[in-house]
Amino acid sequence: MLSSVKRLAAGLVAIAGVASLSAIEPALAQTSVKIGYALSRTGPNAGGAAVTTLPNYEMWVKEVNAAGGLKLGDKRVPIEVVQYDDRSSAEEAAKALDRLITQDKVDFILPPWGTGLNLAVGPILNKAGYPHLASTAVTDRAPELAKRWPNSFWLLGTSAGAANALVELLVKLRTEGKIGDTVAMVSVADGFGIDLSGAARPALTKANFKLAYDKTYPVGTQDLSPLVNEAKALNPDVFIAFSYPPDTLGLTEQARIAGFNPKIFYTGVGTAFPLYKGKFGANTEGVMGIGGWSGDSAAIKDYLARHKAASANGAEPDRWASAVTYSSLQMLQQAIERVGKIDREAVIKDLQTGTFDTVIGKVKLENNLPTKYWWVGQWQGGEFYGVGPAGNEGSRAPIVPKPAWKAP
Amino acid sequence: MTNAIFTGLMLGGMYALIAMGLTLQYGVARIMNLSYGEFLVAASFASYWLFTGWALNPLLGLAIVVPIGFGVSIILYRVLLTPLVRRAPTRDALEVDSLLATFGMMFIVQGIMLTMFGGAYFSYSFLSIPVTLFGETLALNRLIAFGLAVMFGLALYLALTRTRFGTAIRAVAVDPSAARLVAIDVTSISAFAFALGGAMVAAAGVLVSMFLTFSASSGVIFTMKALMVVVMGGVGNLLGCLVAGLALGLSESLVATFVDPGLTLAVNFALFLGVLLVKPAGLFGRAQR
Repeated sequence: MLSSVKRLAAGLVAIAGVASLSAIEPALAQTSVKIGYALSRTGPNAGGAAVTTLPNYEMWVKEVNAAGGLKLGDKRVPIEVVQYDDRSSAEEAAKALDRLITQDKVDFILPPWGTGLNLAVGPILNKAGYPHLASTAVTDRAPELAKRWPNSFWLLGTSAGAANALVELLVKLRTEGKIGDTVAMVSVADGFGIDLSGAARPALTKANFKLAYDKTYPVGTQDLSPLVNEAKALNPDVFIAFSYPPDTLGLTEQARIAGFNPKIFYTGVGTAFPLYKGKFGANTEGVMGIGGWSGDSAAIKDYLARHKAASANGAEPDRWASAVTYSSLQMLQQAIERVGKIDREAVIKDLQTGTFDTVIGKVKLENNLPTKYWWVGQWQGGEFYGVGPAGNEGSRAPIVPKPAWKAP
Repeated sequence: MTNAIFTGLMLGGMYALIAMGLTLQYGVARIMNLSYGEFLVAASFASYWLFTGWALNPLLGLAIVVPIGFGVSIILYRVLLTPLVRRAPTRDALEVDSLLATFGMMFIVQGIMLTMFGGAYFSYSFLSIPVTLFGETLALNRLIAFGLAVMFGLALYLALTRTRFGTAIRAVAVDPSAARLVAIDVTSISAFAFALGGAMVAAAGVLVSMFLTFSASSGVIFTMKALMVVVMGGVGNLLGCLVAGLALGLSESLVATFVDPGLTLAVNFALFLGVLLVKPAGLFGRAQR
């Protein structure tokens, strides 16, 4: 039977003991760097995330851990991954990231796939002070967001950039006498299509192109033959489609069946996917699309080989955002290793000011945005090379007119 | 004009083909199968796998995938759905129970496909050859899908109306308790109808995979489309399914050509609503008690 004084004294000693123990804790070595992400494994975004984001995240973690881990100071610390499925929903992505920040207490967060989800999680990452390397978001708000959230980096550019680069290329080809004035444009009635056609319309008119056909179609339209047949009847020089992967494939298929051979055939998201080459084979020759990469560079060739070796079923990267995503991971790694410890603020500062060696070349951001993008690519000899902006290093000359569709 | 009509008929044929299995499952077995689209996509994956891995023509692949679809559906009915059927006090209660059960099934099938194939898009080209019919250029694979849709629809319609067994199936669809009174084994007929629906959806999956792009997450879209066609045509009625599908396809194609391609969804739903306002049980349906 302890007296009340002795009991109180024992309690105080116990509390002091625990307090001193927890004061010692931070001195224990960091045994792993916890990296968390929420990706669309199910839902409408699953197709895009499975090609562009997931293989890159998994390959990067595997490669870093094979080398021992991230170099923090003088020792290497392996990466521990915590991941969730955001089910292609903005609310789920926001909830998952909240969980990663408050419950799992991860050190760094990799962003979700797509413009919508990146915009949705932007405020959360900003409030918590995590670097946000958005490599699969195309939004005209990128400069404004980079200013509002200095921790965010918008690596894929703006819709205006995409549309203007395409129109610039068309103007150049028209001056060279390779194409005429008539343009037929279709766009999917969703964010991507609306944004890009909204930017392209005034740009084309200002450059004195005749927009002979300008229609939108709902997401998930399974039969695009009315659009293709209408466009064909107008005999345009240029056909532009700001489309999603299923419609990109559908439009190309339908154009081939209808024998629609404009001098320039440009389709949207999906043209840069390996699936496009897989489905159309030799018929990809001359098809233009959004994206592109410096296919001739040694770094890209090596990246392509490593991606094939590391992915399920030997999957290839897409020729647009895949390389940008992987380079963003390289940037994050180099920033963390330069800072030498888990200090998110310092890492953000390094990302803002540093120069990075990546598969897409040397990258130094200005106001949290890249200084160059690949906006127009073209399938040439089985590879989707960047052809626009023509001034980019590694840019190839476009093949115009597109060779006629061959029978399968 | 002719082009729009042909395109519309082929699109409509595809819609009808997709919906035929569901009208059997919902109309006769009274199972509101929310995992219907997932089975269609699974059949598409099977066809893709046979075509790319074993160079097997999808039309021949039908001979493998359709019986497997039938078999899997029978097992599903016996294992998952029979307990629900036994304990449901009314047909409406069975609908609700089966809705929840198949909703769960949807995630299971989707998860299996995601594990096997990942979330990426898949597409292959088979018989993507232009053919000229009455001066219009059409894709051969879509034409075949349309042709088979009409053939299956008519064959099933004739089987249901002209044979004894078919009449038994229709009796179960109309009134199962009365059917029991005339010595019709309602349980095995329902199981057979469900499995037949499963075989139909497998056939639909193989045929549409010839020209559509699909991924493990595409199932929901097909379920919704099938549901629309089934409800519009009258639940349990195959001819209604065909007519509703063709009507939707034609309206979509005509509006896309002559008005605006952006209004295709709007006109589909407007037609759907219009039909239901005038005939709440669907075009060929009869009001259930």
